[in-house]
Amino acid sequence: MQYVIIGAGPAGVTAAENLRKIDRDGIITLVGDEPEMPYSRMAIPYLLINQIDERGTFLRKDDEHYKRSGIAIVQGKVVSVDQTEKTVGLQGGTKINYDKLLIATGSTPLAPPIPGIDLPGVTSCWTLEDARHIARVAKPGSKVVLMGAGFIGCIILEALAKSGADLTVVEMEDRMVPRMMNDIAGTMIKDWCQHNGVNVHTSTKVNSISQDDGSLLVELSTGHKLIADMVVSATGVKPNTSALDTTDVKIEEGVLVDKAMRTSDENIFAAGDVAQAYDFSTGEMSVQAIQPTAVEHGALAAKNMAGQTQATHRGSVNMNVLDTLGLISSSFGLWMGVTGGDSAELLNKERFKYINLQFQDDILVGATSLGLTQHVGVLRGLIQSKIKLGVWKERLMKDPTRIMEAYLGATQAIGFNADVMK
Amino acid sequence: MSWQRKILRVNLTKGTCEPEPLNMEWARLFLGQRGLATKYLAEEIDPKEDALSPENKLIMATGPLTGTMASTGGRYSVITKSPLTGAIACSNSGGFIGAEMKQAGWDMIIFEGKSKTPVFLYLENEKAQLMPADDLWGKSVWATDELLHEKFQDPLVKIACVGRAAESGCLYASIVNDRHRAAGRSGVGTVMASKHLKAVVIRGTVGVGNIRDPKAFFKATSEGKKTLADNAVTGEGLPAMGTQVLMNVINEVGAMPTRNMKEVQFEGAHKISGEAMAEPRESDGKPNLVTNAACFGCTIACGRISTIDPQHYSIENKPEYIGASGGLEYESAWALGSNVGVDDLDALTYANFLCNEDGYDPISFGATVSAAMELFEMGAITLETTEGLDLSFGSAEALTKAAELVATGEGFGKDLAMGSKRLCEKYGHPEISMTVKGQEFPAYDPRAIQGMGLGYATSNRGACHLRGYTVSSEIMGVPVKTDPLTTDGKPELVKAFQDAAAAVDSTGLCSFTTFAWTLEDIAPQVDAACEGGWSAASMLEAGERIWNLERQFNLDAGLTKADDTLPARLLKDAAKTGPAKGSVNRLHEMLPQYYALRGWSEEGVPTNETMGRLGL
Amino acid sequence: MLKALQLEPEKCTGCLQCEMACSYENEGVFNPSKSRIKVFNFHDEGRFAPYTCTQCSEAWCLHACPVEAIVVNEATGAKEVIEDVCVGCKVCTIACPFGTVNYNADSGKVMKCDLCGGDPACVTACPTQAITYVDSEHTGLERMRSHAAQSIPQN
Repeated sequence: MQYVIIGAGPAGVTAAENLRKIDRDGIITLVGDEPEMPYSRMAIPYLLINQIDERGTFLRKDDEHYKRSGIAIVQGKVVSVDQTEKTVGLQGGTKINYDKLLIATGSTPLAPPIPGIDLPGVTSCWTLEDARHIARVAKPGSKVVLMGAGFIGCIILEALAKSGADLTVVEMEDRMVPRMMNDIAGTMIKDWCQHNGVNVHTSTKVNSISQDDGSLLVELSTGHKLIADMVVSATGVKPNTSALDTTDVKIEEGVLVDKAMRTSDENIFAAGDVAQAYDFSTGEMSVQAIQPTAVEHGALAAKNMAGQTQATHRGSVNMNVLDTLGLISSSFGLWMGVTGGDSAELLNKERFKYINLQFQDDILVGATSLGLTQHVGVLRGLIQSKIKLGVWKERLMKDPTRIMEAYLGATQAIGFNADVMK
Repeated sequence: MSWQRKILRVNLTKGTCEPEPLNMEWARLFLGQRGLATKYLAEEIDPKEDALSPENKLIMATGPLTGTMASTGGRYSVITKSPLTGAIACSNSGGFIGAEMKQAGWDMIIFEGKSKTPVFLYLENEKAQLMPADDLWGKSVWATDELLHEKFQDPLVKIACVGRAAESGCLYASIVNDRHRAAGRSGVGTVMASKHLKAVVIRGTVGVGNIRDPKAFFKATSEGKKTLADNAVTGEGLPAMGTQVLMNVINEVGAMPTRNMKEVQFEGAHKISGEAMAEPRESDGKPNLVTNAACFGCTIACGRISTIDPQHYSIENKPEYIGASGGLEYESAWALGSNVGVDDLDALTYANFLCNEDGYDPISFGATVSAAMELFEMGAITLETTEGLDLSFGSAEALTKAAELVATGEGFGKDLAMGSKRLCEKYGHPEISMTVKGQEFPAYDPRAIQGMGLGYATSNRGACHLRGYTVSSEIMGVPVKTDPLTTDGKPELVKAFQDAAAAVDSTGLCSFTTFAWTLEDIAPQVDAACEGGWSAASMLEAGERIWNLERQFNLDAGLTKADDTLPARLLKDAAKTGPAKGSVNRLHEMLPQYYALRGWSEEGVPTNETMGRLGL
Repeated sequence: MLKALQLEPEKCTGCLQCEMACSYENEGVFNPSKSRIKVFNFHDEGRFAPYTCTQCSEAWCLHACPVEAIVVNEATGAKEVIEDVCVGCKVCTIACPFGTVNYNADSGKVMKCDLCGGDPACVTACPTQAITYVDSEHTGLERMRSHAAQSIPQN
């Protein structure tokens, strides 16, 4: 059996490793288009602040890991996939045969249609190469404009602020991290950033970027003009589906897959940020583009590619955790709530503490938190297990911080006195 | 070392919070907690000041072992001048907030002055901040606890606060921490409320790490824990029955003060005992006792967690009292039970919940109600005085209603909130107030336990069992059995217990360890944690130093030898039943010898030589 | 045979000796806020529940880690955080459905139970045997594990 995986991120690497576990003899080829060993974009912010070196970003630290696992790593850009011949064509003409193909090509940053977006000095923060460039420019006193305060914008925000650069953030929506935080939390994160010396403009667009005497001139929709040494664009990403341009594989927002991570072509699978897959909470097919989902996809796709089981996807819970200049925030599932559901909320603006739980009947379906670092994962557990909270629903409505007690109490996971705890 | 070497000084008048280094010279003389805070208080206030004036200070202090893995190392004390007695007040509490203060990096907090408006202190590691508490003023302890937890969104912040009793001037108001542990005695909560300080909220994540000799510390504390586990009282009796293990024992030896100490045995003791708490009740088949519970770091776990019978009259239409909370300890069971002649376990539990919910001392409260009942029986107070409340001995309804009145300071509750001494004076019968220095007796009748009589008379905070618990020796035979009915050797026994207790109360450990531990067990733990070369002998000496410091404070406050006495009832009216039948307390046989042993003059004043010997 | 922590809440008194032992073992200070095992207080029910990582076979934290900072100790079966590798991204803290991986803001890393390399300090410290280290086959643990497996659906 020949397996080809396009994309050397977490989904691809996880899939390769899982394939090897199931199929000892298959030929596994991992194709990546960057020159480095497979690395994690999640780690880039920590590289920017010199907390780790480039090696620290590698998905697997053992140099011999891939060789020992019999995973061939090929560097190259995929330009075509031939569904009939079952081949993958690389730039330069090389062709690789596959029996089963996994598309794990992740996302690419969107370049917003703004005059001047192609100027030198305007960069995305997506690859290790981007990171090297940003690290060279962002220095104490340098002026940096960050376009976009979404998840990715926010994870590099701290690194940019720590570099000592004079940082201004421009976000189109009315709050920070609008796709992961409700207006209360998103606004508190903005307040927090401003408390910590970062200028934040929300409900603001960048109209244009132009060159001005060796610097960049950034014109905002509010009429403000900013001088910048560098503009970092983090206005969003889109699934990188270009490898399938030559195929009839069905693509909507991303590559559509079924619960076995299989695309409309039975020999082609997709996983990770590129996949439009089953969402646990909504029951719809959506692109999540988060690390834990990528890994889940990768493992699941491998099982089905190897034909080992009819492993089906129960859906991934969308979730994120973010550290914005020390303010930790997280959101899970249907954090925006559901029609007819209940919510519990505690807010302390001065202390930047916030917790919001969303219920459907007595089941937790979503959550948002600010300033919560302890036992936060149990929110995922409560959502994904669909535990009926019973009396704990009312207790959480009264005090939503008691999430761990609710989990322990409602599940009797550890032999709780059923009579008392029910 | 295991001091954090840091004090927080909170000036409520100015609204400032300032750190300062702990006086290590004093720490080596007075250890911590009770001793060290008393030193600070004695140095910083004029003992003659009115206890409720802004000039009085209130100190929350931990010991060097607080917040460590030493068993029971979670204690703190509140030291101030008492509004109830006019003497030094030192109230010790367990729970978790003492350890939290230490974990936050502080040995003690000194509150001084008085805030114009209600405030609370928020202390998170090195950050200390006074915050407005207008919305908390007028709220019970439990409501305050809930609101503050909500505000900080952290189940792990620890809270100590005063309730409505303190706010309304109850002279025996307590400071309640962790919902049902309390610095209960002598009105320390009254002082806190007089400063407009509603609560202290602490979160400590720094930890306690500066153990002098960790290896020796783990060895000493592990051995100590084993000793506690192997001991019948600390290993079995206390976890199973709590201090309530004593109810039937003390009743049998005829030392159970009953109906305002008119009698020494209570016919209903078995109905309010530890055994009774474990019996399934009729209504729902569940016992009063849900579980035992530990304070921070305690391997004994004597705490009671109880529920009230859901069908009991006291909580009809009050679902908020259905859940479990701090249950009856021996002292509260006695004070709310035999001393008022009530044997309704659920009524006692309810009254005890209220003591915690609104912060007042169940001992002083029960004893004050019992005095009121006697006044009522005598006709000195009438239904008119009590606004229709029938205060007959034995009335559970009278007890629970009185508890509700004191909680809020309404109606006759105002009179009950004055304490037994002032109540009896007000109604013309000071002789029936069962108090020493204005503080009500605890649960051991000194006619049946002679040493306790001397202990009560000389206790620096007024009647108190914890200043020198000779019950250990006289009843339980720990460390050696002495005859409770003789006065022979009791001055020596009392002095030794008083000094040892002063030392233990200064370490951060719980006095209940001393059922199993002597200073020989404790000193190695202190020595391994702290510099200063601590031995049993040097700890005992520190204890004696602390005792004399407290004594000097009281003398400076205006107390005299005349205050070292017991109510006439205990000196003249013989016990009517039990093994001590026919016996009175023979204080006069013991007191002069005690003064001599202490190195005090015949007037009870420490001689210059004594003070010099102790470095005072 | 692998051993595992068995937690019996009905025996727990809430004394926090386990938390102190854990924090001392791992951080060199008595500091419950840095403990990997936590005792939860069910005040109104009068119950305490010690809880920590069950070293679940799904190892959600390990798989979610983007930099391979969580690895299996083959001798104990524990999933251990390699501090030097952890970048502090916190993805594991939201991935663990049991809430037993926590971020430590002081170190900038995450922390979780590592069974102290096979001699758990909490077990030694617990005065009531509410925490014991037993063969994995033990029924209590199986119940815990099977619960974990049932409650959190696998892919």
